[in-house]
Amino acid sequence: MKFSYFPGCTLKTRGKDLDRWGRASAEVLGFRLEELPEWQCCGAVYPMAKDEIATRLSSVRALMAAGERGGELVTLCSACHHVLKRVNLDLERDETIRDRVSRYLELETPYAGETRVLHYLEVLRDRIGFEKLAGKVVHPLRGRKIGAYYGCLLLRPSREMEFDDPENPRILEDFIRAIGAEPVIYARRNECCGGYCTVENSAYAGRQVDRIMENARSCGAELLITACPLCMYNLRENASNGLPVVYFTELLAEALGIKEAAT
Amino acid sequence: MMETIRRISGVNPRKCMKCGKCTASCPAYDEMDYHPHQFVDMVESDRIGELMQSRGIYLCLSCFACVERCPRSVEPAKLIEAVRLAVIRQQGMDHLTPDQIPEKLDPALPQQAITSAFRKYRK
Repeated sequence: MKFSYFPGCTLKTRGKDLDRWGRASAEVLGFRLEELPEWQCCGAVYPMAKDEIATRLSSVRALMAAGERGGELVTLCSACHHVLKRVNLDLERDETIRDRVSRYLELETPYAGETRVLHYLEVLRDRIGFEKLAGKVVHPLRGRKIGAYYGCLLLRPSREMEFDDPENPRILEDFIRAIGAEPVIYARRNECCGGYCTVENSAYAGRQVDRIMENARSCGAELLITACPLCMYNLRENASNGLPVVYFTELLAEALGIKEAAT
Repeated sequence: MMETIRRISGVNPRKCMKCGKCTASCPAYDEMDYHPHQFVDMVESDRIGELMQSRGIYLCLSCFACVERCPRSVEPAKLIEAVRLAVIRQQGMDHLTPDQIPEKLDPALPQQAITSAFRKYRK
């Protein structure tokens, strides 16, 4: 099983651990992530304005490239996934956007959102299956109390993302169970960490993060996992008294027994 | 001006039934000078000039909680985005400029943070 893969800007730099352990774990689980030969940054935020075309083009290029290579594009970063998936839907559903993009890129056949955009977690759930994943675990993380931090971008808007129940998601909890640990459910796991506002006003992001951390801690979490490098930064750097945070792929690699072997 | 905002956002603020669920859902509501439900109401009554002057347009986190939970699919976040764009698309009205970046950098700051801040605050 192989998929085209869009790492995104941050997974090549500050978020290397999300990328590295995701790729290594995929090999063990029996799928391959083939990085697109050329890709550009997705822009990190979805352009909500209907009249913005240029800010959608890098996503369209990646989506079309994946279309020529099997038609499925996998991402690990929550933000890339959010942007690519929603731009893809724009091309499928919005005739004006499709027409303007096609003319700008001088396409003979307009691109109409044919590529399927998948998050790595969806591959684990829907293609591999958490049961099969559990069967490959050699170091179950027994006794670890782990809080899933979803944030915003994987879940909302749910009618476009179609990822999980936006108010009561379970994919990360199922993942935590599959690697042998105990999921800790807390209310603020789908609340915003402060996002890009941290650049201008880190205290503002800190107030968001403190509410999340306090909630997770009071419910018994000892560690949080995330799929987003910006959430990771905010949770780690802007919390006044935070829990440790790791990428979900780091725990996956640990459970599959490939992390110690490599380090 | 209201027509411009409607065109950019694709949102019809007249669908709003004033239930306040957007404000109740918003993680930034108490930081904003106009709460999300007021924002929608002010677009509807063409008070766009006041909104263009507000701090709140730079504080919306784009978390899509209001978009998710609005029972009338008004999508308040898209209105906030459209008003912010109406400001920063003007000459010299960027909210963040490249020369401000070096002092904001820290070794752990992900590229994604800078890219997204520029996408939101600069044209």
